[in-house]
This record gives sequence, C-alpha cells and structure tokens, in this order.
Amino acid sequence: MKYLPLILRNLGRKKLRTAFTVLSIFVSFLLFGLLVALRTGFGQGVEVAGLDRLLTVHKVSLIQFLPVKYANFIETVDGVEAVTHWTWFGGYYQEPRNQLTMFATDVDGFLEVFDDYVISEEHKENWRNNRQGLGVGYSVAQRFGWEVGDRVPINTNLWLGDDGKSGWEFDVAAIIGDGEQADGGQLYLHYDYLKEGAGSMGAAMSPGSDELAVIGMIYMKVDDPERASTIIDTIDTQFANSSAETKTSTEKAWAQGFANQVGDLASIVTAIVSVVFFTLLLVAGNTMAQSVRERTSELGVLKTLGFSDGLVMFLVLGEAFFLALLGGLPGLLFANAVTSRLKLGVGFIPDIYIPSRDLMIGVVLVLALGLVTGALPAWRALRLRIIQALSQ
Amino acid sequence: MTTQEQAAEPIVRVENVHKTYKRGSEVVDVLQGLSLDVADGEFLALMGPSGSGKTTLLNLIGGLDRLSEGRIEVAGERIDRASDRQLTKWRSRHIGFVFQFYNLLPVLTAERNVELPLLLTKLSRAQRRKHVATALEVVGLSERSKHYPRQLSGGQEQRVGIARAIVSDPTLLLCDEPTGDLDRKSGDEILDLLEALNQEQGKTIIMVTHDPLAAERATRTLHVDKGVLTETPTH
Repeated sequence: MKYLPLILRNLGRKKLRTAFTVLSIFVSFLLFGLLVALRTGFGQGVEVAGLDRLLTVHKVSLIQFLPVKYANFIETVDGVEAVTHWTWFGGYYQEPRNQLTMFATDVDGFLEVFDDYVISEEHKENWRNNRQGLGVGYSVAQRFGWEVGDRVPINTNLWLGDDGKSGWEFDVAAIIGDGEQADGGQLYLHYDYLKEGAGSMGAAMSPGSDELAVIGMIYMKVDDPERASTIIDTIDTQFANSSAETKTSTEKAWAQGFANQVGDLASIVTAIVSVVFFTLLLVAGNTMAQSVRERTSELGVLKTLGFSDGLVMFLVLGEAFFLALLGGLPGLLFANAVTSRLKLGVGFIPDIYIPSRDLMIGVVLVLALGLVTGALPAWRALRLRIIQALSQ
Repeated sequence: MTTQEQAAEPIVRVENVHKTYKRGSEVVDVLQGLSLDVADGEFLALMGPSGSGKTTLLNLIGGLDRLSEGRIEVAGERIDRASDRQLTKWRSRHIGFVFQFYNLLPVLTAERNVELPLLLTKLSRAQRRKHVATALEVVGLSERSKHYPRQLSGGQEQRVGIARAIVSDPTLLLCDEPTGDLDRKSGDEILDLLEALNQEQGKTIIMVTHDPLAAERATRTLHVDKGVLTETPTH
C-alpha cells in the first residue's frame, strides 16, 4: 500500500494520454459487455427450452398451418404425455414499435406441456376460466407495468375482425415466470377466443368442424427424452406425402436453429471482441511502453536508492494493472447497468443482460490486459542497469 | 569521538581496482589498478578531466557498477563479492547519492521525494514523516515540503536531493558534481550544507567535482587522471 501513491502519481504524469487510454479501455469493455448481453439474449430461447419437449411444424415453412387433427394423432403416439398447439398472433401494444411475441394456445394443454414454467395455481385458474385471459411473460409484464386483472388493448395487423378493426382486448390472467429464470418474454391467448374474435378469418380456420381446424405448430411433452428420436420418426413418417408434411425436432434444437438464423452470434461476438482486444493491447501497451521509456533515468534513480529490480518491476506492472482497472471495470459496470435496465421482451430476445459468469470473464480480461500490456515494460524495468539508466 | 579520531578509521578501502569497458571491439581501461582509503568522517574531493574515471570510481564505491579486478570494502563489507540483490540492500542502508541534475521524481512533492528511501524500511508512516521533516529541516526547506520539483529553484532542488540522500542516515554520502548545474551562489550554499553535514554530523562524503573552489571545501582532494590517482595537498 505504501507504494500506491507512487503508482498513481506516475499514472497522472501525462494526464491527457492516460485519459485517452483509459477511455479506449472503457469503450472496449463496454462493447464487450453489450455484445455478451446480446449473445445471451439470443441464447435465451435455447435456455428456456425443455429437454423433454418436442415441436412439430409444417415442413415447408413455419408460417404454414397444420390441421388440428395432427395434434389429436400426436396425443396417441406412445411416449407422448401431453400436447398443445400455438398459432401466431403477433400484435403490438399501443404503438407498432412495442411489438409482442404472442401466440394463441389451448391453455389446458399449455399448462401440461410447459409444467416447468413458474405460474401460481391462482393464476392458472384465472387463465383457464377467462376466455379473454392472457398469460404474460414476467419480463413483458414488468416492461409495461401490467398486473393480473388489468385489461389491456392489443392491436394486430394479422387477425382483423369482420369490421376491419385491428383492436383486441384481453385481461391479464396469469404471469408466467417470477424473474428468477428466463421466461421467454411471450404472451398467450386462448385459441378459442382467437377463432371467435377473428370473425370470418377465425371461421375459415375451422370450416365445418374442429376436426378441420388449423393451427400453427404443435408442442408435446414426452415421458423420456431418450425416446425423442423414435417419436420424431413416428410423427414425421405418419404425415409424409400428405398435403401438410411435418418437421419435428426437440424444442432446444429448434430454438437454437431459430437463433442461428440471425447468424452464429457466439462466433460473431468472439470475432469482434478479439479484434477490439487486439487493438486495445496495442494502444494500452504502447502507452505503458512509452511511459516507462520516458522515465528510464527515474527508474535508475529508484534502483540507486535501493529499490530492488523486482520492486521496480512490480511498480511498472502495478501501473499497467491500474490503467486497465480504471478503464475496464467502469466499462463493464456501465454495460451491466445499461443492459439490466433493458427489458425488450421481444420473441427470442426477451431480456438482454450480462450473466455473472461473463462479468467474471470480463474482470479476468481486465486483469489479463493489465498483465499483458505491463509485461514487456516491466521486464525492461527489471533488466535495466543503473549506469545505463542514469546516463539517459 | 572527535572528527580527528573518526578520520583515523578507513571506512572505504579500494585496492588495485581495474575497470574496463568494451566499446565495440576496443577495450577501454577506465581505472588501472587504483587504490584508495577514505577515513570515517572524511570529506574527499575527486577531481580530474572528463573521462578520467572519477565518476566510474564513485559508482564502484556506491555499488552501482561492477569492477573488473581488485577489491572494494565499505564499512567492513566486501561489496565486490556481493550479489546484485545483496548490493541493492546494502546500498539502501549505507549509501546516500547526490546527483548533478538532482534526479528528483517530478510527480512527487519534495517531502514525497525525500521519503522514497524510507519506503524500503519498516518504519511506520508517522515515523517516515518525522524523519522526512527532520531531513528537510537540516537542508532548510521545511517551508517548501509540499512543493513539486518544478516549483523549486535549482539550488532548492539540490537541497531536496541532499535531504533524500541523508534521510536514512547512510554511512557514506556520494556526490557526483553536486554544484555542476548551479550558479555560484546556489553552489556555495550547497557546499556550505555538505561542509556542515561533514563537520557537524560527521558524515563521510566523497564528492566528484570539476570546480577547484568546490574541492577547496573538502578535507582532502585527489586527482584522477587516466584511471590512476594523484594526491595534491589540500588548503
């Protein structure tokens, strides 16, 4: 501790240079934090995916409907415990920029298939008993300040009533999740309410009888994840060569594939962060090298006074660490503060935040930056001969 | 013990010291079998033309450089046999250096500069502060303790340099051209101070100088020429 003032004073020797270097480190770690948060956000769809859940969609495209009778068949497949279905609703709250990820579902089936979601019994009952009831992801409820019992207007350009009106009204019936775990950031309405409310569009979904009704995709819960491949084969074989062939996969694989449509974010983040850190190494390393080179004679004086080679090396290394800490830690903390306030609640990017593990990696990177940028100047300081140093 | 009695005990013994440098393929003999005894409490001036080897001799006595041949004993210790690590510790205990260009750290105040050698000791912060205040008082700069080197005159900077050299109460004070960068008046003040340290506090001082007037303040003057010593009578 008694050497701390000496280290800090040396950092303040060229204030402008130090300030710019600290700023560049700050921005780099801010960028690191934001990119990591974004990657985490895109990965959350995968994170919430259950290992024992499978998903069946139309083989041609996600936007193609499937007959509801497919769900009836899947219910009979050996190993399938429960089935539910989702139909894309879309929608936005108040303004088009507040886009929602919203599906119509059969609530009973939903609660069976997604029995790992945290929903109170009271909320489940509310939701079952209210056809206008809406199951809302915790992060979405937080974002808009909704509570159970609130009546919320939601617009959609997809499901218009016969009068052409796009406005729908729902009651917030259940909150899905408690903020502790990722909740998917989605909303779910009753499928029956969709059919009724969508007028002729809804009627077209179920021409004549429910047997001919159509749905978006089918989720199922299986009794044993190890039997998933057999079940997948059974389902896809059953509907092969039909007018609506299917593609079944595990929920996790599907979510991963969806996230990958944006690109391989992990690789992109790694590439950007690598380039940024390489540049940062050059900037901070140059600052440290220049700073030590400028005061070679002063280091010689310290050694003359009895400061050992190791102690002088420690002082130089200490400066490099402080430089990295001064820029890196505030950068990480700022990124954390910014992302913890962002509640996007949009589809597969429900929340973006920096996981504590990545924050720790950030801190390790800060220390590594200090070590790497200080290593060479510190080594030079260690090897410095007094006579040569004093002659400069 | 009087100054006279102290002067009888050699505190520095330099025996047949050789120092050679390699300059490209050429070998330069800077010191050629030089021998010297410095008594405890002595104020020795080393004079000689540039390149004669006087600063090299000072550096060898101070343990800043390695000799090529011979032996050097300071305060009873063979420093030519000491490892770099031992020499570093020894230097912090026994040697105080005063440089021609003061060599203060510009980012530290006068008192922080003076405190530097004490950081290597086990003294508490309060004890260090007390020693620093005493050293600055000795050199007459108590009022300027919070000033940075850039806020001081050359003479004042050199006083801070001397305070830094004496703060840990070293055995030997080595001064390399301490007045070389000062005007006559400031130089005289520095020499007065060194003289007082020698006469009143019994400090052993070896001073390298080009200035005959500065050398006159010493109790003995030696001339170094082409790596060998020639003694001249003092005033």
